[in-house]
Amino acid sequence: MSKKLISFIDITKSYGDNIVLDELNLYVRENEFITLLGPSGCGKTTTLRILGGFETPDHGRVIFDGKDITCLPPNERNLNTVFQKYALFPHMSIAENIAFGLKIKKKSRDYIEDKIRYALKLVNLEGFGDRSVDSLSGGQQQRIAIARAIVNEPKVLLLDEPLGALDLKLRQDMQYELIRLKNELGITFVYVTHDQEEALTMSDTIVVMNQGYIQQIGTPEMIYNEPVNAFVADFIGDSNILDGIMVQDRVVSVLGVKLPCVDEGFGSNRPVDVVIRPEDVEIVAPEDGFMEGDITSVIFKGVHYELDILVNGYEWLVHTTQLYAVGQHVGIRVIPFNIQIMNKPESEDEEAVEIDA
Amino acid sequence: MRRLMRQLLAGPYLVWIAGFIILPVGVILYYAFTTADGAFTFAHIAAIADPVHVKSILLSLKLGLSCTVVCLLLAYPLAMILSSFRFRHQSFVVFLFILPMWMNFMLRILSWRLILANSGIINALLVRLGFGPVKLLNTPATVVFGMVYDFLPFMILPIYNSMTRIKDDIIEAARDLGAGNLTILAKIIFPLTVSGIISGIIMVFVPALTSFVISDLLGGGKVLLIGNVIEQEFMQGTNWNLGSGLSVVLMIFVIASMAVMNIFDKDGGGAAVW
Ligand SMILES: Nc1ncnc2c1ncn2[C@@H]1O[C@H](COP(=O)(O)OP(=O)(O)OP(=O)(O)O)[C@@H](O)[C@H]1O
Ligand SMILES: [Mg+2]
Repeated sequence: MSKKLISFIDITKSYGDNIVLDELNLYVRENEFITLLGPSGCGKTTTLRILGGFETPDHGRVIFDGKDITCLPPNERNLNTVFQKYALFPHMSIAENIAFGLKIKKKSRDYIEDKIRYALKLVNLEGFGDRSVDSLSGGQQQRIAIARAIVNEPKVLLLDEPLGALDLKLRQDMQYELIRLKNELGITFVYVTHDQEEALTMSDTIVVMNQGYIQQIGTPEMIYNEPVNAFVADFIGDSNILDGIMVQDRVVSVLGVKLPCVDEGFGSNRPVDVVIRPEDVEIVAPEDGFMEGDITSVIFKGVHYELDILVNGYEWLVHTTQLYAVGQHVGIRVIPFNIQIMNKPESEDEEAVEIDA
Repeated sequence: MRRLMRQLLAGPYLVWIAGFIILPVGVILYYAFTTADGAFTFAHIAAIADPVHVKSILLSLKLGLSCTVVCLLLAYPLAMILSSFRFRHQSFVVFLFILPMWMNFMLRILSWRLILANSGIINALLVRLGFGPVKLLNTPATVVFGMVYDFLPFMILPIYNSMTRIKDDIIEAARDLGAGNLTILAKIIFPLTVSGIISGIIMVFVPALTSFVISDLLGGGKVLLIGNVIEQEFMQGTNWNLGSGLSVVLMIFVIASMAVMNIFDKDGGGAAVW
């Protein structure tokens, strides 16, 4: 494992009465692609701006490469930001934009020329150096913003929803380009998005946040397959989240039916949240399932069909590659391994409370 | 049909342009190039070479430039402070700076006459402090002072506007790339406010160059600007032809100075005043 490059220690930040971050603790390893993921207003941008030096936390420290940088201004930090709205300098050509940071560092003219050419090549915009900012499309501007940041060879690149303004196709292309860049350059990426698919595709590590608290930290697989609570499960992909009762170890009761599962240690007769991913639900003949119900809707989604199946008043979301008809009576079953059991939050608020990893 | 309608809508403006712009300029040009009995002459244009006129136009240029430079030096930092304040009453403070513009301009200048007079408040204070009465009125410096006082808002507003158009994330991006405050000022804020500066310069320099009321009231007839000369030709000498000739020359100076400024105005923000 590579070493810790950045640590956030007990970071608290509030605007007036609004506590945006509450005792946030997080570290970033060298060369990691780490993504802050969460719904709008959960404090992702604030976290990134604290790292970039544009905000100072009320409490807590930011350690970068062993040094406390909490109070260091942005221009003295060895990291660069790609802003959501590109923030290119409108009065400069593309080449001048890219050269800006290097000129400040008083690099030689040859070095700067080389770097401009190299950076434009890296973002697939060779020959754009003399163009004006206005003459570029959104995606091209975004790539220039990335080029402008990486020519400075920062240790860390911060990106705040850099693909937010782009259309789906371009966004996917850019995702691959960013991953390629990261691998080519060997820099640490701290990435902010509220798009869970983007996070799953690109990240080494995902940090799921809600209302200023970290909900879960883990690899995309961990976050997707083993969400620690209903919030994470709900936020990462579609899921069926049901109220259940843990009858005893390895047996959970859902919608009045007892199911075998693999979880232990919840005690007996405890209320729990049960999460089952739609692709883990199997459709079988009515008599073979552990529940039966009627299909209420079928939507074609390209790779699969998305079905709603009404069982005992609960509408199951099911993904299948086979075509069924609306109104068909079917049975459903789930293998024990695919049933996720999670403690219920004690109160509404606790959904947002920090979970011990 | 629709096109015709639209052209008809432009009618009133065409009448306006013809009646209030083209016609008066034509009349001035006519007077400028004719003698009192209507014969063509170039003498009134050439009259600018008269030492008295040369002196006054040079003085006009000198005072106009001084006024513009002082306004710029005052307005730029002020606009920067105003636009960087993110407090709730920002627009109210800007409004305070603009407020004097809405008061009668003669009144404002006249009040300075009283304040700066030998028996005025300032001199009363100076006498009390033992500096004796100082002659404050009727000097070129006082005229410049009056011009600055009068025209400053015209410098502040366009610069302030161009500054508020600079987005925060541009500044943050510059800082992120390693720029300190001075670099940000020189490489980002200044270039992005050039068009505002040019608008401001034109809006201050042109009225300052052509002004005659301020020099009349605060210069007491001792400071003879080209505007005063022209005014005298019309009002006292009643030589309308000479007055028109000098006006045309002044207009050429104005157009020339605006053309010079336009060279610096790359993104055309100053075009608003053309
Ligand atoms: N400058 C500010 N002044 C006051 N409140 C702020 C400020 N910046 C952010 N906030 C508040 O802090 C909270 C978190 O904001 P933040 O921008 O970090 O959210 P986010 O996770 O980036 O959301 P989004 O996905 O919408 O960008 C929000 O409630 C927001 O209203
Ligand atoms: Mg944000």
